[in-house]
Amino acid sequence: MTAVRQEAAGPLLLGVRHHGPGSARAVRAVLEAYEPRCVLIEGPPEGDAVVGLAGDEAMVPPVALLAHAVNEPGRAAFWPLAEFSPEWVAIRWAVERGVPVRFVDLPAAHTLAMSEGEGEPQEEGGKTVPGGTDGGGAAGDTGSGADADGGVPQPGRSEEVRLDPLAALAEAAGYDDPERWWEDAVEHRPGHPTGGGGGAVEAAAEGDAGSGPGRYGAAGGGHGAAPDGPHSDAYGDPYEPFAALGEAMAALRAVHGDGGHHRDLVREAHMRLRLREARKEFGDAGVAVVCGAWHVPALAEAVTVTADRQALKGLPKVKTEVTWVPWTHRRLARQSGYGAGIASPGWYGHLFSAPDRPVERWLVKVAQLLREEDWSVSSAHVIEAVRLAGTLAAMRGRPLAGLTETTDAVRAVLCEGSDVPLELIRDKLVVGDVLGEVPEGAPAVPLQRDLARQQRAVRLKPAAAEREVDLDLRKETDTARSRLLHRLRLLDIGWGEPVRSRTASTGTFRESWRLCWDPELSVRVAEAGVWGTTVEAAATAKARSAATDRTDCTLADITTLAEQCLLANLPDALPVVMRVLADRAALESDVGHLAQALPSLVRTLRYGDVRGTDAGALAAVADGMAERICVGLPPACAGLDDDGARAMRTHLDAAHQAVQLLARDERDMTGDGADAGNGEGTGADGLVRADGAAGADGADGNDGGAANAGDAGNLGSTGAGGVPGGRWRVDAGLLGRWRGVLRTLAERDRIPGLLRGRCARLLLDDGQLTDDEAERLMSLVLSPGTPPGEAANWIEGFLTGGGMLLVHDGRLLALVDRWLTGVPQDAFTDVLPLLRRTFAEFEAGVRRTLGELVRRGAGAGPSSGTDTGDGLPGFGPGLDEQRAEAALETVRLLLGAPDGVGGMPDHRSPYSASRADTSPADTSRAATARNAGHGMEEAATRGAGHGGGQTVGRGAPRGTGRTATRSARDGGREAPPERGPEGEYEGEHGVREVHA
Amino acid sequence: MTESHDAEQAALRPHAEDAFADELAALAEADDRPRPARWRLSPWAVATYLLGGELPGGKVITPKYVGPRRIIEVAVSTLATDRALLLLGVPGTAKTWVSEHLAAAVSGDSTLLVQGTAGTAEEAIRYGWNYAQLLAQGPSRAALVPSPVMRAMSEGMTARVEELTRIPADVQDTLITILSEKTLPIPELGEEVQAVRGFNLIATANDRDRGVNDLSSALRRRFNTVVLPLPETAEAEVEIVARRVGQLGRSLDLPPAPEGLDEIRRVVTVFRELREGVTDDGRTKLKSPSGTLSTAEAISVVTGGLALAAHFGDGVLRASDVAAGILGAVVRDPASDQVIWQEYLEAVVRERDGWKDFYRACREVSA
Repeated sequence: MTAVRQEAAGPLLLGVRHHGPGSARAVRAVLEAYEPRCVLIEGPPEGDAVVGLAGDEAMVPPVALLAHAVNEPGRAAFWPLAEFSPEWVAIRWAVERGVPVRFVDLPAAHTLAMSEGEGEPQEEGGKTVPGGTDGGGAAGDTGSGADADGGVPQPGRSEEVRLDPLAALAEAAGYDDPERWWEDAVEHRPGHPTGGGGGAVEAAAEGDAGSGPGRYGAAGGGHGAAPDGPHSDAYGDPYEPFAALGEAMAALRAVHGDGGHHRDLVREAHMRLRLREARKEFGDAGVAVVCGAWHVPALAEAVTVTADRQALKGLPKVKTEVTWVPWTHRRLARQSGYGAGIASPGWYGHLFSAPDRPVERWLVKVAQLLREEDWSVSSAHVIEAVRLAGTLAAMRGRPLAGLTETTDAVRAVLCEGSDVPLELIRDKLVVGDVLGEVPEGAPAVPLQRDLARQQRAVRLKPAAAEREVDLDLRKETDTARSRLLHRLRLLDIGWGEPVRSRTASTGTFRESWRLCWDPELSVRVAEAGVWGTTVEAAATAKARSAATDRTDCTLADITTLAEQCLLANLPDALPVVMRVLADRAALESDVGHLAQALPSLVRTLRYGDVRGTDAGALAAVADGMAERICVGLPPACAGLDDDGARAMRTHLDAAHQAVQLLARDERDMTGDGADAGNGEGTGADGLVRADGAAGADGADGNDGGAANAGDAGNLGSTGAGGVPGGRWRVDAGLLGRWRGVLRTLAERDRIPGLLRGRCARLLLDDGQLTDDEAERLMSLVLSPGTPPGEAANWIEGFLTGGGMLLVHDGRLLALVDRWLTGVPQDAFTDVLPLLRRTFAEFEAGVRRTLGELVRRGAGAGPSSGTDTGDGLPGFGPGLDEQRAEAALETVRLLLGAPDGVGGMPDHRSPYSASRADTSPADTSRAATARNAGHGMEEAATRGAGHGGGQTVGRGAPRGTGRTATRSARDGGREAPPERGPEGEYEGEHGVREVHA
Repeated sequence: MTESHDAEQAALRPHAEDAFADELAALAEADDRPRPARWRLSPWAVATYLLGGELPGGKVITPKYVGPRRIIEVAVSTLATDRALLLLGVPGTAKTWVSEHLAAAVSGDSTLLVQGTAGTAEEAIRYGWNYAQLLAQGPSRAALVPSPVMRAMSEGMTARVEELTRIPADVQDTLITILSEKTLPIPELGEEVQAVRGFNLIATANDRDRGVNDLSSALRRRFNTVVLPLPETAEAEVEIVARRVGQLGRSLDLPPAPEGLDEIRRVVTVFRELREGVTDDGRTKLKSPSGTLSTAEAISVVTGGLALAAHFGDGVLRASDVAAGILGAVVRDPASDQVIWQEYLEAVVRERDGWKDFYRACREVSA
């Protein structure tokens, strides 16, 4: 074959399509025929130092040549090489024979430096070189040659303006896949290597690529082509197609110039210089250049050395290092977002490795895969699929069935028209699970360097000895440390483990870690190098992939992941995780799962706030999730058995808290948060109930000012003046709907008693149920028509979490009492355990008080509410004048009036509460009442005098109250919150454990 | 021919080969590609007939099927490889339409049709007897009544079986011999009818229907399956619905509703979003209800809404006119679909600009 070496006229310019298996075979044929003494490859010259490793047994493609700036590992570019890449074939061929290999593209030192200041995050730019654009030769990342695109995002060079020369030619010929066109038109047309190319070029040159005449002409040509498959090496000179292609490209470039690839000119200048050197050293015929076909005309061009040198003058430079990293087929595939440029690496790999009959072999592979998945696929199926693929190809005017035809055939014959198994085939075969390997000797990955740099930056030394550190997240360094540790945890590099703080600190601004650098962690770092070149980029990539690739994880897993992303401050990963989270939540049909996930999500939301992270997306997801719970809860609660109801009650409580927090977040949290929190947190029950009544009052239409003592005052008269100025702007949306759901549940018969009771209680606590309504509901369920067991369950649900309610509302107590005495004897033993469980939860004091009340005959008396105002809910019979006396002075002071104590509570309509949702004015009244309630609670528990004092302290005139609370809240941001929002939540919801 | 053609024109619905006779003739004239035995057109021309195009002479072929080119190409190739073709799809995806036009283009005759029902008997697929003849002369070819399939076999034509999965399983299986051996034995006469070249069979079946008889795997293996998808883009579907509603409205003497296009778009959007389980902007995932929500159903919702608007409203199609129809189409299973619909209303419809009236109307009918 060496006899053909008459082409000594010049170097072998092998224009290829990057990652083209056909090109790869053709390149090998040329190399074997001509045996050049030196091989030049499009790629960064820094790679010359490590190219020897390509011959190592342990090096298994796909791999990528990685160049990165020494001081800034994030600035990096990849040149991936697959088994079927022409460049890889050429490198292997040369290394095996000891032929020198040189990379001739512009040095990465320049390309990386030039990318500076272009805004794009370099690693993205570097890795994502769309293969399409490089087409002929400008293939960026493909190690081949890429070029510019590979490493260097260029300004003002958007995809639209860039020309993909091969795609243009292919489209002109009526092909949708440039690689197919390449195979059909260029490599497998013995005798007419220029035919397809030439015709196509003309069409392209006319500027109407892909239009009618060009398409039909070329397709017709293809039709007539020898259908003897891609493996006919019948033609004599393997170099001939390359020469023809060079001409085609020259024609194309004559029309399109640089096709928008401006930086190519510089790169080509460099290539020419290197080529000239090599020619001097090895002689004209002794040099082979493997580069993108696009560059071939430029290399053949006669340009003076001076001109080329001039072009390269003054390029910016940065110190770079080069190494090999393992790559995967998935990253070669366009779909994965890494965009090295080819959609079907598995198919190309198959084309490259199949000795003959590629279609038949491919379909057999498909059949085997389907059989493994328990699809019944017989040989008869495969035969029919091969026939159909062939017919389709003929009908579409193609000499041989390609991936499109085989896929269509597989769908129609093997998969019975279904796309589901096709997905599997695409994933496993068309893309494939191939993972490359790199020998031990390859230089260290940049991630290691970046980690070391960051460790220095935050002054945390990796040490084998175990130690604990406390981080104060208000300090910048500590925040950075926390971020680093969280990111490493995401990458499975377990340097630090979060531990419970030793100092029993409160609040969310403190974190404690146990640090221990195990030497084995270095290995983990090397493994994590696959994910990226910096800790942040790697963690982002990993988090993204964890969210999207894992299909088996639960909603809660994703929520946790979102939390981690926030902790690790990975803003780029968060949207993806959020997206997945939202999707999962949308498809989640188990309300329980949703209710479980929601609280941690809401928590994350608040935590994100503390850290100043933007959690807007999270809030949207949380809202959506709450919305879904609202919709799904009623059907989910119907027809549950006891255990189911018990489980659902937990979810109900969790969801309730979360919704409250969520709704409150949406409110303008000025002050009322803290105060209401106190009220609810400490008062747990009894008292909050007072707001219920008052809120209802407000809704009834009294339109006095918020401090109108008239209606609020009758309940907690002492506190009536203590308005903190909280704008209780209830979210009529979410919160209102949630309350609507609770109301529905409380009223609906098919719902288990436990849940109904719970809902009634939650509504009552929220001030959404008037006393009368509560009483009605209770008497309904405690009436003789209801089975005692159900009634006991209701009571359990209603009373869980505190019995103060019964202490304060004699009417309810009377109802329970009356019901209990009426339970038939045989049923009594059944309900006894339930009741015992309920009452055992009460505090001892409450139990005792209840006992006393019952003994005093509370059961009979209070509901009548006879003589004076002493039948007021929450007050014992009779007026203790002495104690009232003590508080009177304070009350006067507060009200600034001779007598502020006014009328009676006035529950006119059962609907009043629901109306409270809709009117901000009324609801602000509810806040008033809430505080009033607070005061009253204090009064009830600590004595009137004390309570009054308390209220004075807290309830200054409006304006100041608001300011005071706001400053308290702001203080909470920076200083340990005494009474800021965090403190409030600790008291109320036990958030503290989680955050600590 | 012209006479019968005119008579056909008077028919409520002419056969495909008559309605488009001129296009078929023009294609046959322009078609210089190789034709399989007894095909009227080459596979390429058949595909052009279905997908539409312009012939070199300037004759325009109207598209019969609007959808992915791939589907028709696979279908025609299947017929060319003498494999039987099974068209699958939810109701309203033009399965029967495609099968009729394929038969018309390939064999010039779309009438060799077996309609599958639960009561379809073996005779409908194989052959029956003329009992008077049978009694008078004993078994003979003259007493035999061939089925459409048998005629197609002996003449090398394309037979069609509609709703294959509605046919009882044992009757379905009589097709196995026909499709694999390409022969139909007549034991009574000791003869057989062998299929001549050009014979093939197109079956249609509904893959989301309930109470059907699934194909045995032996039979299934004899078919290449092509699934006809629902319209790909919203615009295409709006087009289809609007055109069809227009036609239906004329035959029902409903006044045209010029303002109705927005409402149609809304109905189509709702159907598409729920069907695909994701909102149009691709930002929100949704659960899909159990109904098929096909284009055909969208058409009937809009037609129903038009009737409401014309007879009880002000003649303009409004949200309230279609709300009840949509609810009926979406909520097929009261337990699960109700929740899905509520979620959709709250999560998607409520937030959408300009959909307030629709939201309110839906809330009203759902309450």
